[in-house]
Amino acid sequence: MQKLQLLQNQFNPTSDDIFFHIVQAPPDPIFGIANAYKADTSSTKIDLGVGAYRTDEEKPYVFEIIKKLEKEIVNDPTLNKEYLPIEGLADFNKGCQKLMFGQNSPLIASGQIVTAQCLGGTGALRVGFEFVKRHIPGDVYVSKPTWSNHNQVIERAGLNQFEYPYFEPKTKGFNCAGTIECLSQARMGSIVLLHVCAHNPTGVDPTEAEWLQIADVCKKRRLVPFFDCAYQGFASGCIEKDVFAVRKFAELGFQMIVAQSFSKNMGLYNERVGAVHIVTSNKDISARVLSNLKIVIRTICSNPPAIGARIAAKILTDEKNFNAWVEELKTVTGRIIKMRTLLKQELDNLKVPGNWDHITRQTGFFTFTGLTPEQCDLLTKQYHVYLLRSGRMSMAGITSKNVRYLAESIKAVVQNK
Amino acid sequence: MLCFKVIRNFSLWSSVPLGQLDPMSGVVAQYEADDFPQKVNLGVNTYRDNNGNPVVLESVTKALQIVREKKLDNEYPPIEGLQSFIEAAIKVGYGESYYAKNSKNIAGCQVLSGTGAVRLGFEFLNKFVPSGTKVFVPNPTKNIHPIIAKMAGLQSQEYRYFDPITRQVDFSGLSEDLYSAPNGSIVLLHACSHNPTGCDLELYQWKQILDLTKQKQILPFFDMTYQGFTSGDLEKDAQAIRLFTEAGVPIILGQSFDKNMGLSGQRTGCLSLVCSNEKEKQIVVSQLNLIARSLWSCPPVHGARIVETVLNNPEIFQLWLSELRIMAQRMKKMRVSFTKALKDIGSPHDWSYISKQFGMYSLTGIGPAQIKELVEKYHIYLLNNGGISIAGLNESNIKYVAKAFHEVTKHKII
Repeated sequence: MQKLQLLQNQFNPTSDDIFFHIVQAPPDPIFGIANAYKADTSSTKIDLGVGAYRTDEEKPYVFEIIKKLEKEIVNDPTLNKEYLPIEGLADFNKGCQKLMFGQNSPLIASGQIVTAQCLGGTGALRVGFEFVKRHIPGDVYVSKPTWSNHNQVIERAGLNQFEYPYFEPKTKGFNCAGTIECLSQARMGSIVLLHVCAHNPTGVDPTEAEWLQIADVCKKRRLVPFFDCAYQGFASGCIEKDVFAVRKFAELGFQMIVAQSFSKNMGLYNERVGAVHIVTSNKDISARVLSNLKIVIRTICSNPPAIGARIAAKILTDEKNFNAWVEELKTVTGRIIKMRTLLKQELDNLKVPGNWDHITRQTGFFTFTGLTPEQCDLLTKQYHVYLLRSGRMSMAGITSKNVRYLAESIKAVVQNK
Repeated sequence: MLCFKVIRNFSLWSSVPLGQLDPMSGVVAQYEADDFPQKVNLGVNTYRDNNGNPVVLESVTKALQIVREKKLDNEYPPIEGLQSFIEAAIKVGYGESYYAKNSKNIAGCQVLSGTGAVRLGFEFLNKFVPSGTKVFVPNPTKNIHPIIAKMAGLQSQEYRYFDPITRQVDFSGLSEDLYSAPNGSIVLLHACSHNPTGCDLELYQWKQILDLTKQKQILPFFDMTYQGFTSGDLEKDAQAIRLFTEAGVPIILGQSFDKNMGLSGQRTGCLSLVCSNEKEKQIVVSQLNLIARSLWSCPPVHGARIVETVLNNPEIFQLWLSELRIMAQRMKKMRVSFTKALKDIGSPHDWSYISKQFGMYSLTGIGPAQIKELVEKYHIYLLNNGGISIAGLNESNIKYVAKAFHEVTKHKII
């Protein structure tokens, strides 16, 4: 009987049922919550799970500038639906470089930045790590905690990963000393995954001085910085300030990788708009790097989808469109900041036990509330508030109408015996 | 604390060699840079009309109009993509009657066109088939097939497919090679419009492969990039799919809507696996999602929304069918005309194989020296494996191309 059961759990090529042995994979921690929220019929449900912006009416938001530009593109008879080059739309790539490294970055002029259009932030990370695996393989250091998909992407790319102690639960701040200590023990040539701003899930970012310390240890240990930038514009509200770390490291002469996403800051979630940048030491090496990057991309999707990149390119390469975008982005990020303030106020008014300063101190989409997994479960099951079990709450899902209910629910679970 | 500028006397990337790509590589760029008025691009990888222009299908334009009127948002789709697209794609791929009975058992996932289907499919198979299972790919096949297999962690091996002497399928070689493959091997099969040869299997040959599949518990992985684009008939082009699924063989199917809807730039495809029951299908979908999450998180929706509308709107669907027929018929006509033009000009070679083949491509056997001559003397661009894209031929250039081919090959053995 046992032997039969054993056989049933293995692939049996002579069996008619070739998939019999496969077990159900767990739902994705983030998409799974979105699905659970959708299925919930409660009238008081709140979606604080997935990092997707909502208006004060709890509606998804399509940027006005995006609507305008999409219409232009769709109605442009000179644009056919042909394949893009493997590395994507040239205008888009150029625009991405300028946004990330600065309009006048000497690295752009010198041809030291290799850029390829990718499938959102995930696509850029996967392409970047596949490239790492093939050409500069090493251990990857990821922040503890980090976005859950980071670990999966790195694993699928075939790399080992270790954690550096990023978040200090006692202060709910960045653990600089711990991070530096850990990275100074890393093997030379290891890769360090760094969130450029609005760290996901903690919302806690290093200060400029702390970034210099990180740069220092990377230099000493010859660590390769791999930046993930999914929230440019969402941290300080200033798109230049938000990429201080990338620009500083570039200025300091690092060769590095940057993954850039436009899912959130252009609201182009479903068209998969992103880019990977590899900074080299000269343009001859850039040519070789590009040719190999193209092989990685070719074997995932051949070439990237056009529409999202065309829209983004129109924003990034036209001053008027760019300014319109920046204005709209300020409105979006402003609302999130306002919700942080409102939630803190409500929690203070209700005299909810605990220190909630971190809600307004943290930046970007998310707050690492400090709620335990059990408290999060209760929040969901009893109060229909959906967030990650890590305590990560997406502030973009809070509205002026639901913030009071949210604060009351938090109070209830915190005080729950 | 001082922070020094990193001394750039070492390069992280110095040992990175120049990567090599496939036959398409460089051809388009060269062609574009050429200003010779009679230049011909026979390396084009999407359809061209009789004026040499890319085509935006009217059915696609109408479908896009409908999509835009819905004023949909830009939210993340599920990891597996748009359900309505997946269902519509599976329906057209497997046929209405099979779909009606078995849709609950078919695990589907929206992917980044044909490449995405192969990548996701191979990664899935690598995870769940016994280690050491090989993928058998036809010789020749799309350059990237064995490369994707390698990236996904699978070993690949070729089976004989194309006979360069007869320029037809080497069926006895194929049968021998598949028969001697280990039981349980994965076998990649081009459903129609074999790329790069244009040589397709006949129904009686598919039946023999079906027998072999059953005998050796082969896992058939169909790459169907050209459904409808081959003969103009969706059902005919999927005859292998119909045959295998009706016989109860669980297949894996990769579909692309790049060519048959002219949506190359939007990267719209579907990967599906036939499972034993609905529960198993859910399990397989969950595992596909796990893999897809780390490749692209979720697929782009623009193309999928268009495809779904074309397939589900009866009027637009009929319009699409008529446009498919036009495209397929034009390419068939060019094949026949080209063969005739070469005969009329007195070529000593037998080019009749071109008119017997299907779809976009044909392997001519023209060698590198002749390819170079065609470019330098006649400004005619081929794929660098000697392949030609029939879509690049039209009534204005066919005689010119025939003459050029004749000139470079008349004293040669090809």
